[in-house]
Amino acid sequence: MSHKLPEEIAEQAREYLAKYVVRKDELKPKERINIPSQEMPAQDPIERGKNLKEVTLGFTAEQARLEAMRCLQCVKNTCVADCPVGIDIPGFIKQIADGDFQGAVDIIKQTSLLPSICGRVCPQESQCQEHCKVGAALKDVDKGVAIGRLERFVADWERASGNVKVPNVKPSTGKKVAVVGSGPAGLVVAADVRREGHNVTIFEAFHKMGGVMRYGIPEFRLPNDIIDQEIDTLRKMGVEFQTNFVVGRTRKLTDLINKDGFDAVFVGTGAGLPYFMGIEGENLVGVFSANEYLTRANLMRAFDKDNSNTPIYSSRNVAVLGGGNVAMDAARMALRLGAEKVYVIYRRTENEMPARKEEIEHAKEEGIEFHFLQNAKRIIGDEDGRVIAMECLRYELGEPDSSGRRRPVEVPNSEFKIIVDTVLVSIGNGSNPLISQTTPEMVVNKWGNIIVDETQKSSVEKIYAGGDIVLGAATVILAMGEGRRAAAAINEQLEKELNKNADL
Amino acid sequence: MSKILHKKQLSQDVFLMRLEAPLIAEERKAGQFIILQTDEDLGERIPLTIADADVNEGSITIIFQVVGKSTKDLSQFNEGDNLPVLVGPLGTPTHIENFGTVVCVGGGIGVAPLHPIAQSLKAAGNNVIIIIGARNKELIILEEEMKSIADEFIVCTDDGSYGRKGLVTEPLKEICERENKPEMAIAIGPPIMMKFCSETTRPYKVFTQVSLNTIMVDGTGMCGGCRVNVGGEVKFVCVDGPEFDGHKVDFDNMMSRLKSYKEFEKKKDHACNMEAEIAKKEAVK
Ligand SMILES: Cc1cc2nc3c(=O)[nH]c(=O)nc-3n(C[C@H](O)[C@H](O)[C@H](O)COP(=O)(O)OP(=O)(O)OC[C@H]3O[C@@H](n4cnc5c(N)ncnc54)[C@H](O)[C@@H]3O)c2cc1C
Ligand code: SF4
Ligand code: FES
Repeated sequence: MSHKLPEEIAEQAREYLAKYVVRKDELKPKERINIPSQEMPAQDPIERGKNLKEVTLGFTAEQARLEAMRCLQCVKNTCVADCPVGIDIPGFIKQIADGDFQGAVDIIKQTSLLPSICGRVCPQESQCQEHCKVGAALKDVDKGVAIGRLERFVADWERASGNVKVPNVKPSTGKKVAVVGSGPAGLVVAADVRREGHNVTIFEAFHKMGGVMRYGIPEFRLPNDIIDQEIDTLRKMGVEFQTNFVVGRTRKLTDLINKDGFDAVFVGTGAGLPYFMGIEGENLVGVFSANEYLTRANLMRAFDKDNSNTPIYSSRNVAVLGGGNVAMDAARMALRLGAEKVYVIYRRTENEMPARKEEIEHAKEEGIEFHFLQNAKRIIGDEDGRVIAMECLRYELGEPDSSGRRRPVEVPNSEFKIIVDTVLVSIGNGSNPLISQTTPEMVVNKWGNIIVDETQKSSVEKIYAGGDIVLGAATVILAMGEGRRAAAAINEQLEKELNKNADL
Repeated sequence: MSKILHKKQLSQDVFLMRLEAPLIAEERKAGQFIILQTDEDLGERIPLTIADADVNEGSITIIFQVVGKSTKDLSQFNEGDNLPVLVGPLGTPTHIENFGTVVCVGGGIGVAPLHPIAQSLKAAGNNVIIIIGARNKELIILEEEMKSIADEFIVCTDDGSYGRKGLVTEPLKEICERENKPEMAIAIGPPIMMKFCSETTRPYKVFTQVSLNTIMVDGTGMCGGCRVNVGGEVKFVCVDGPEFDGHKVDFDNMMSRLKSYKEFEKKKDHACNMEAEIAKKEAVK
């Protein structure tokens, strides 16, 4: 896809909108399908490779309304069924088409708390948008209604309007709930529990709130001020924050209940322990987990080389191993930190890449080279133990495995070398070990993920869990969904306790 | 946020600080560390072992050496100032029991983390031999504190300006050669010193525990920056350590990894020398 100037996109949308808006309620399905699908305006690909500013600029109001008019308002809406939190998608889209943006936000917020975030980071092409009837009719998922971009548009509109509504909080019940971890799961629990009038304290190990959204996902994809705003809303609701607090170490998990008087605890500590490949040369200087690299650049501000005390490796040629969102973020961050060449090395083909499609496309536009059906065999260092090259192997697709994906198999004697000075490993994460290490009574599976029942309750009384610590590395929206369920169960537990006290 | 209750300069580059941290003081055990930052936005995460704690006062003691920009920034904090970021206690505590005779070897600033461990070992009933060493007399720290714990106490300096002249590995070797050799050794200090202590005890099969101070970011097992090779396996110092079997640690790899950012450090040092020069000129004006 070639880059179109934002002004050009906006101008076209104005023209089309003028044409369709007069009969917006009478349009036939055929006509709706034929409204051109709106392209996301973006920063110039070369320019943006040098800055951390958000890549995508967001729809204009005209674009949003046009895109919304493409929706057929299906009765059997497959999009809603594929949304992990069941947002009333045709409902909010209708409001946008009518120009009632506040109405749209209100509908979304009934089910999703963080629309400006989800609109940006959800893998829509494999969720709501995957089975959109418009996309199906045009035989192209990308041409389905751009649900995520519309969601983002109205959420941004609300923020820009300056009157984001702070949810109502019921009178205090005197109950106390601890939330461990400030990722999307934890934030959602905090909001839902606080609304019922219970006191909530979020404990976060890092010095800043937001979890992966803060330290992992870069600003060029999810600006920090969006997270700040969400945290601020929680603060206005009366949620308390304890940063620099590692539950399990600073305080035992069960002590929060036994000593500090919390009535329930939610554990949303996220993924941990990055996997390495177990190949020769993996501990050489210049090999980093994508997590470390991104945390330095994002949370520790190493991108700001002149001012941050946290160093980041200076690289010319970077190989990124993996094909997920994390790999895309690491590759694009390396580029922004000044690398001349960035290669993404992936064992399978583009079709199997788990990353969001938009990120892959953006990465390509920015000049990142994709090497499919290849994998690292060993990393080669110089006499000081610094990376100078990597030996790779070629793969081909063989028989499908249990997940239905064709398994990549090594091509014998296909070794070849590439010159790199930095290797960013992004092949997944294990679970965060701290809670299970320090809470022996908590039942976890063999990967260290906390085992919960259908209400997110763990094996320990009054302790709930959700998000990546339960699911393994998953997504923001799944973490939020689990948070919602846990909050409902916590509210129910507390309500029962309150009623019991009232009966006495 | 944590208030600096007390600050003392122990030698030219070495400082002691007592920090207000009631929860950490209550939970910490020997062998654990904290991470701090001197600036919430732009500071680096500095891991430091907890040298001591006072539950009544709700404080912990850290001892650090100025080695780069970040530790220099830290040394410029004074009593009454607040450190914006302090988190801990991190890492797995030292396993303490009555082993019999334990020889504790501390090199330079490594004496600070060794102190609480030696204390706990003594309290558990061990016969504690302590060897401390430094480049010169100036750099010997916590001598009195260590002496008061030790059943046998040896000080060495590289240049002979105090105590025995020579490296700590020499008395360590002699002790291993004794008829009733120690059950265990603990060595904490610069990586090269821990490496040679481990090499010294290896032929005598004296189990030797070392405490590694690698580069760290989160300190909770999320980033993998602290990884080391121990007996052919990748271990994360912040959650699996910081203590490991010195006979299994790949020190050479660890030392090269510690130099990952040497160019960056040089640049920053250069920058702060320049700042100092500018400040001097300003002062003259
Ligand atoms: C680089 C990157 C890019 C990604 N891109 C996408 C994307 O585009 N779309 C998408 O949907 N998903 C994406 N993901 C995945 C998504 O971010 C996670 O699935 C989601 O954040 C999980 O949320 P969570 O609430 O479970 O935990 P997290 O967001 O991991 O937050 C957990 C928090 O708990 C804190 N914590 C851990 N242990 C303790 C403790 N003992 N005490 C106190 N606090 C503790 C951590 O410091 C952290 O802040 C990405 C992940 C990464 C790493
Ligand atoms: S499937 Fe597509 S066209 Fe149908 S309601 Fe959902 S967004 Fe609209
Ligand atoms: S410091 Fe990040 S995993 Fe140990």
